[in-house]
Amino acid sequence: MALLEVKDLRTSFRTDDGVVTAVDGVSFSLEKGETLGIVGESGCGKSVTCLTIMGLNSKRNATSTGEALWKGEDLLTMKPGRLRDIRGNEIAMVFQDPMTSLNPVHSIGKQLIEAVMLHRDVSKKQARLRALELLKAVGIPRAERRIDDYPHQFSGGMRQRVMIAMSLINEPDLLIADEPTTALDVTTQAQILNLMNKLQEEFHTAIIIITHDLGVVAETADDVVVMYAAKVVEHGPVDSIFAVPRHPYTWGLLGSLPRLDADVERLVQIPGQPPSLLNPPRGCRFHPRCPYVMEACKSKEPPLDAIPSDPTHLQACLLDEDVKQREAQKLLSGTMVVS
Amino acid sequence: MWRYLIRRLLWALVLFFAVTVVTYVIFFIIPANPAALVAGKSATQEDIQRAEKWLGLDQPVYVQYAKFVHRLLPVTVADNKPAFKTPSLGTSFATRQNVNTVVMRAAPVTASLVFGGAVLWMLVALPIGILSALRPRSLLDRAGMVFVLVGISAHPVWIGLILAYVVGYKLGLAPISGYCDLINPSTSCGGPIDWAWHMMLPWMTFAFLFSAQYVRMIRAQVMETLSEDYVRTARAKGAPESRVLFSHVLRNALLIVVTMLGMDIGLALGGAIFTETVYGLPGLGKVALESIYAFDLPIVQGIVVFGTLAIITFNLFVDLFYAMIDPRIRLN
Amino acid sequence: MANELLVVDDLTKHFPVTRGIVFQKQVASVRAVDGISFTVNEGETLGVVGESGCGKSTMARCIMRLLDPTGGKIVFDGRDITRLSRAEMRPIRREMMMIFQDPYASLNPRKRVGFIVAEALEVHKMGTDVEIKKRVQELLEVVGLNPEHYNRFPHEFSGGQRQRIGVARALAVNPKLIVCDEPVSALDVSVQAQILNLLKDLQKEFGLTYVFIAHDLNVVRHISDRVLVMYLGKAAEIADRNQLYNEPKHPYTGALLSAVPIPNPELGRTRQAIVLEGDVPSPINPPSACRFHPRCPRFHEGHCDVEEPQLYAFGANHVAACHYPLERWPMTADEMRRGADRPAVEAEV
Repeated sequence: MALLEVKDLRTSFRTDDGVVTAVDGVSFSLEKGETLGIVGESGCGKSVTCLTIMGLNSKRNATSTGEALWKGEDLLTMKPGRLRDIRGNEIAMVFQDPMTSLNPVHSIGKQLIEAVMLHRDVSKKQARLRALELLKAVGIPRAERRIDDYPHQFSGGMRQRVMIAMSLINEPDLLIADEPTTALDVTTQAQILNLMNKLQEEFHTAIIIITHDLGVVAETADDVVVMYAAKVVEHGPVDSIFAVPRHPYTWGLLGSLPRLDADVERLVQIPGQPPSLLNPPRGCRFHPRCPYVMEACKSKEPPLDAIPSDPTHLQACLLDEDVKQREAQKLLSGTMVVS
Repeated sequence: MWRYLIRRLLWALVLFFAVTVVTYVIFFIIPANPAALVAGKSATQEDIQRAEKWLGLDQPVYVQYAKFVHRLLPVTVADNKPAFKTPSLGTSFATRQNVNTVVMRAAPVTASLVFGGAVLWMLVALPIGILSALRPRSLLDRAGMVFVLVGISAHPVWIGLILAYVVGYKLGLAPISGYCDLINPSTSCGGPIDWAWHMMLPWMTFAFLFSAQYVRMIRAQVMETLSEDYVRTARAKGAPESRVLFSHVLRNALLIVVTMLGMDIGLALGGAIFTETVYGLPGLGKVALESIYAFDLPIVQGIVVFGTLAIITFNLFVDLFYAMIDPRIRLN
Repeated sequence: MANELLVVDDLTKHFPVTRGIVFQKQVASVRAVDGISFTVNEGETLGVVGESGCGKSTMARCIMRLLDPTGGKIVFDGRDITRLSRAEMRPIRREMMMIFQDPYASLNPRKRVGFIVAEALEVHKMGTDVEIKKRVQELLEVVGLNPEHYNRFPHEFSGGQRQRIGVARALAVNPKLIVCDEPVSALDVSVQAQILNLLKDLQKEFGLTYVFIAHDLNVVRHISDRVLVMYLGKAAEIADRNQLYNEPKHPYTGALLSAVPIPNPELGRTRQAIVLEGDVPSPINPPSACRFHPRCPRFHEGHCDVEEPQLYAFGANHVAACHYPLERWPMTADEMRRGADRPAVEAEV
């Protein structure tokens, strides 16, 4: 049985302008110790997917359907008490902005201790020892003194380490990291990713890492889910996705990256911008911006099917397989036609 | 933090003197002659001049001000040595009473009104404000907003009169005027029960406006704090809603409210004129009003001094308190 | 010999830190930019790369005279602009424009787009109202926007489109130099590509010179001809683009390069990143001598913390401020440490 199995997840929000379906039929599964990267640009639904799994959407205007099976139990229909038992304990989450994710008026020690005592029947003293243990594990220097400091006394990188410590303190089976390094400098990012890898090896935690940075995904993920406009457009093992990507949006994403290892005169440009989720395009959601658009794309929504050579690599595009392979080749050799 | 405190104290001192100067200047710009009032209706020019001399009004403005400051300071020079003395606010033009006495008699009345009213308005504003924020657009929230609108728009005098008429006069549920001493019973009423009884309507009137303002402020602060990232983190840790609310949301949202409370109380201590007038409470506001009509400068000046002191002190306490409870300020 | 459009000589910008009860006294300073020198030739793009706190934004603002330098010299188009008054700077401001990072904050939300783009033209009185309007519409078209949207407000545009408005605004007065302060950092990857392509096209078409500031090394590599790496207010390395990326000399450049994630799983797995310890130190109290020495894998006690390295030359157009530069690239962290036994570089006078 998979650790986490998400089936046809849909989340809609009621807004003043109408109903926005931020997640529209997302499915994936995750095994123990694996890393899944969810990649896409702003507004594609990657964060909302994970907030839905954790039950952190505002109950007043969000409705979700589908299933999110955690060790067999559906998180979406669980009793709130049971879900709270799991949150911070079996499934933990780290957010993007370390500056604002910690309560400014409580010391980090107090917040760490809170994380422990919510789920473990221990004394405050024991919880404090555990907090110290984790602070040392994430590399906070002079942890004994710094445990009583307040968030504003730490730098961004240190704060993110504290967040990671807080999330791993109860040895969860799954860590969801929502853009954990986007707000950090590149060398700090390297430190944090390194740390996460190390801790994953030690605790065998499964990780879902949400990011817009394909480089981060390439270096940390085993499987990749590419999302666009609330839908999954491509899903497969990281090597396969980067070696021969099979969706025009993925080509666009990869092609628009300036590279350290290749010299490209002009970057691939995806014209236009992502659609409004109030009224998404009919058929394939990417078709208004797709350079390969065909008539069928405008009315028929492409199913998420496996490629012929690998049942674990799924993609949602109506183009022929040979066309896809040819274009992927062009992309990787830097000769892809630019819009 | 000590540096900050000392700097605040020094500024407070500067502010204090600035306020007294301004009051003096205003008083001397208005065309009126307190000496004439004192001398009486059938006074001759000579009588008026004598009254002026007696009141010290024949001296130039800055001399009078200097004398005032000297009276105010707790130190003086005696036998060429510094010595302590009680600061005095002067003597009334109209009644020749010691202003200190007048102020000290009126202050407890205003204090009862303000502190009691503050307790009442917070008791009302906190639950309504917090619940409205937790359930926006619900019936409770909308009712709360109506309450806010009425409270902010309605003038305290109007509210006071309505309450006095309906509750006090028509229904006879509470007395509509007069003040009873809490500790030193005098005249016909006294003691805690009489005191509270007589303060009932004044408290309600006084608190009405403030509670409306505070409901709005608390609601806004709580709503803003609810959407903060660290609240989401607390939920992600698996904390129950009650803990999220008290330990995370309110602890932050009410920081601002606390400071505003301190400032508002300080301000009101200077004289809640409207409420005191409607209910005939002999507090600082009423006394100040009467003294202004009588051009009794020392009393007006005395109440201004007292009021300023109250505001400055409260603001200082508020700053200190805020620095204590917000570690971002304390540890910088 | 290329024409040097911008010459920066030992530029310094310190921000005072004051303490005091009544009278504020300066007790320390934030040494945001602490003696940096470089040149920018006409028609080229100088990429400026560095992490938060390195002073790149402060330096950009000093060059534009939006801040007054504490010391040093800035020579623009042959003219020393370091201490010019506001009035004297006014005509020069036509020649240098800036594109900002946050497309949501850098456009006045209460002004229409036409006004925003035309403002500089009006300030410098470059044409009649009719001419200006025509020019603005031309510009909107050049940057890929619809000229009909002249009368719209910023909030009606997406982030990428707003950044295009920022580019149009900078182009309006035909400047010689455009300083781009992290213009694509706040944009999505696909939109980033649009703006980068646009900037490159415009440079070719109008012969522009760019100072391009970014923290993303990939982006800098794509658009720059030469690159300046900054650390704690000073220059760590300056080189031609290919030289910097293929043969970096400064260990900090090496660490930066190895920290950038590569969208290639195989390379990413086999690559050994050089992970630096700790945080960037505070610019109020920077480390002595070489600023990088507390975190440097090639640190030599007694030398690196005592003598500040000059910008030593390594071939044409390549300087680095390091006594023990890298011998080759790529190097693993271990190799870097071991190789540190080599003797120090001799200063070339």
